[in-house]
Amino acid sequence: MSQAIVAENVSKMFRISHDPVRSLKERLVTIGRRQYTDFHALSPLSFSFDQGETIGILGHNGSGKSTLLKCIAGILRPTTGTIAVRGRLASLLELGAGFHPELTGRENVFINAAFLGISRKEIGKRFDEIIDFAELGQFIDEPVKHYSSGMYVRLGFAVAVNLEPDVLLVDEVLAVGDEAFAKKCLTRVKQFQAEGRTIVVVTHSADIVRQVCSRALVLDHGHLIADTKPPEAIKMYRERLHGTLIDDSPHGSGDVRLGAVTIDNAADRALVTVTVNTLKATDNVRLSVEVADVGGRMIYRVDGDQLGVPMNYPAGTATYELELDARHLLNGKYPVTVRLTDLDSNLLLDWHELKSGIVADRQSVGEGVVDLGVLLRDRAHPVDRPA
Amino acid sequence: MALTRTSDTAGLVVVAPRRNVREHLREIFGYTELIRGLVRKELKVRYKQSTLGLLWSMIQPMFLLLIYSVVFSVLKGGMPRLGVWIMSGLLVWTMVGTSVTTSVVSITGNGPLVGKVRFPRAVLPTSSVGAALIHFCLQFGAFCLILLVIRQDVDWAYVWLIPIGIVVLLIFLLAVGLLVSAVNVYARDSQHLLDMLTLGWFWLTPIVFDYAHLSGFFRHHGLPSWLPLLNPVTSVVIIMQRAIYGTAYANGNPVLPDASVWWYLRNLGIIAAFSVVLLYVALRLFDRAEVNMAESL
Repeated sequence: MSQAIVAENVSKMFRISHDPVRSLKERLVTIGRRQYTDFHALSPLSFSFDQGETIGILGHNGSGKSTLLKCIAGILRPTTGTIAVRGRLASLLELGAGFHPELTGRENVFINAAFLGISRKEIGKRFDEIIDFAELGQFIDEPVKHYSSGMYVRLGFAVAVNLEPDVLLVDEVLAVGDEAFAKKCLTRVKQFQAEGRTIVVVTHSADIVRQVCSRALVLDHGHLIADTKPPEAIKMYRERLHGTLIDDSPHGSGDVRLGAVTIDNAADRALVTVTVNTLKATDNVRLSVEVADVGGRMIYRVDGDQLGVPMNYPAGTATYELELDARHLLNGKYPVTVRLTDLDSNLLLDWHELKSGIVADRQSVGEGVVDLGVLLRDRAHPVDRPA
Repeated sequence: MALTRTSDTAGLVVVAPRRNVREHLREIFGYTELIRGLVRKELKVRYKQSTLGLLWSMIQPMFLLLIYSVVFSVLKGGMPRLGVWIMSGLLVWTMVGTSVTTSVVSITGNGPLVGKVRFPRAVLPTSSVGAALIHFCLQFGAFCLILLVIRQDVDWAYVWLIPIGIVVLLIFLLAVGLLVSAVNVYARDSQHLLDMLTLGWFWLTPIVFDYAHLSGFFRHHGLPSWLPLLNPVTSVVIIMQRAIYGTAYANGNPVLPDASVWWYLRNLGIIAAFSVVLLYVALRLFDRAEVNMAESL
């Protein structure tokens, strides 16, 4: 398989002025007196993406993920290192960014395509496809200033995805327009994957990564901390988010630890028993319980303080029993994770995952997570009609 | 790098901290389609709301010519066919003025685009210069029609210099456009400073008055008489005037140097060499400015 994107030693540094000046006058007045701080948005990192991969870039706000995407897109240039991209690249960074309000949708499509380096001839061939996809109808010959924001975004998306890019960069815009259109977009992304195109998605949603990506990178303060399969990457990302846990061993002083954590599944309820061992009295510790579906998507979470569990732990052993109502869960296994977090330092003190978790095993109709107890109230079907 | 070492480098785009002048030029030429689109857009937007559309660009010079002719024929003792004289210089100046004032805001005025879409930023000032050129061509076309109607006696020995002069001027304007558009990103008030400078520049160019006057003034103050030629626009303007006004004399007094075609061509050659060097420098500086443009808007 050939490589689509290769980044070598890419870093990005911004020089931040303490008092930003925007004018020539201020520049002259403050000459020689201005102070700068170097801000390293990306520390040297290297990776290579194969053609046909769908890569998620995960990171919290300010982790450098958008800077990295902009460097790949060629909007920003790295301070050191190079990024090589093979093939035509289209980005969904901001849909319809190149549109001019006075021009019609049709004229804007041509301009927009020209920005992607595509000739009028080629775009002419795909034009019908684009307006069909954008669902604009006769509005295509109206100036775009008369468009609704939804129409604007739809046209931008239609141009970007109908130009057959080899590499598509996406910055959390999959949920554009109404629900039907969002679904259409997702279908299109899936189709791109099937066609062996390379997709890079920047997001802070672990769910998107799980749903569409085959590989994920995790960035933290400009450092590449993981480049692996989505489940592991998401785990690392979550741990970074909930506290600075680098490996599976708990952080903090070890004064507060989880003891035994067990689950007992009864017919329609689950009993979670948590033991907390405290060596030295500690304040402001949160106990939380999270239930996920098999895919790892969080479906329920509750913090101990919401239930009245005290947040100060004197030395000794504490035990809590939490009863969870499983009647509304559809058939399946739902892993349960228990966490202890120090709210002062935001460190994850300890955690425990019950892999089999809640086992819901009831007769139910439908698919998903929650049983909404569907009932057929009425029917008028040809078969029911008396002959 | 693994990707570039393979023999197949087709469609390979490398984002690196620096780009050299040749790469910049190749990029600009690779995006002619976009430049054409942007020029078309600029002209379309400018005349979108008017029913006469592009015709306005032709009506305007005709009207100006009429005004100059009437006003200055009322003032006695003026130069004969003053309208033709002023228009031949003013058309060139309009191209200079519009391309400078539109290219200075070409990047700052396209903030969302520059922040979100990948394309060579040099394309923006380039298309401002391009739009000014198209505008010039339309106005020049209208002007030629008028010249035909009033049976203006042009000097054909000099006419062929006009296209060369315009090409040289384009190189110069592109260099200036690249410089001012990049500077304006980092110092937003430079566009106001530039408005002022452009006004001064206009009056340093022999358009309303004549070249002989200007160089005479310099000589009178003990300065070399060729000093006005340091203004690249002047070299092009006097070619236009020499060719279209048709003579170097008005009312028996010299208004232009009574020199051969080769003297005019030599001036153009010097300006061309200067413009190419300026373009090289401009691209080097533009490259530095381009690195963080997306974050500075």
